[in-house]
Amino acid sequence: MFVAAALALLATMILTIARALLGPTLYDRLLAVNSFGTKIVLFIAVFGFLTGRPEFLDIALVYSLINFIGTVAVLKFYEYDDLGSGAYQEDDF
Amino acid sequence: MSIEHLTIAVLLTFLVATAIGIIVLRDLLAAVILTGLYSLVAAGAFIVMDAVDVAFTEAAVGSGISTILFLGALSFTQHEQKPRGRDSWLALLFVVITGGLLIFGTLDMPRYGSATSPAQTHPELAKRFIEQSADEVGPPNVVTSVLASYRGYDTLGETVVVFTAGIAVMGLLGLKRRRPEDETPEHAPGDLPHEPGHDTDRLT
Repeated sequence: MFVAAALALLATMILTIARALLGPTLYDRLLAVNSFGTKIVLFIAVFGFLTGRPEFLDIALVYSLINFIGTVAVLKFYEYDDLGSGAYQEDDF
Repeated sequence: MSIEHLTIAVLLTFLVATAIGIIVLRDLLAAVILTGLYSLVAAGAFIVMDAVDVAFTEAAVGSGISTILFLGALSFTQHEQKPRGRDSWLALLFVVITGGLLIFGTLDMPRYGSATSPAQTHPELAKRFIEQSADEVGPPNVVTSVLASYRGYDTLGETVVVFTAGIAVMGLLGLKRRRPEDETPEHAPGDLPHEPGHDTDRLT
């Protein structure tokens, strides 16, 4: 059961990796990387139960947080061309 | 072949594919995104290999912090790598030689998961760590005891290295504080002026 789930997750990882490498637009890559992060989180959870050590769930939680931060940083950079300090706020909105 | 070995093989294949993608891509922002992907895959592989602490560090530093640092660096440059005239075969040769030497250096190490590695077969080491570390050092986690106490000088040396690197980076960047109403320049010195239509170009 868990083996089948793990294999299915690996298959979806292959698909998202292919999208991240092929592009063609930046959004494709970003979305692919973000969903790959989700797949990794799910995989860690499944693998934890597969090997009888569900304590790994904590790590899965932290991964999802990190994944979120990275995506937000890239999107912010994409929107403002800067990770900046608020200098853009008046003229860009 | 167990599911664990299959997973490791698949993840390592992902790593190679991602690395090639990073090299080939000319769009630097996309390359930065792919480096985040690379770290995620590496962290996943570390978890499958039971190196949870390394995986944690890889995910936090590789996928989180260094992505943001790369983005900060990108905001001072352009988003496209400059086209080079031709790639130097000599450079490739040296990279291949260095990589080959590094791989050659790993041949002496015990195989992955080997039960006969020196750390496993040493008569007293593992037994003593597992049985005595709670009394001798304190923390219930044996890895923490080894890192912080049994090989404390090694850890101290690592910390000194990281600290020195941090000081060097701060020295390079300068410690001037940015005033709140300081007019931040539109472009960093040496940056090309912003071309109109640049953003819409990147969307397509």
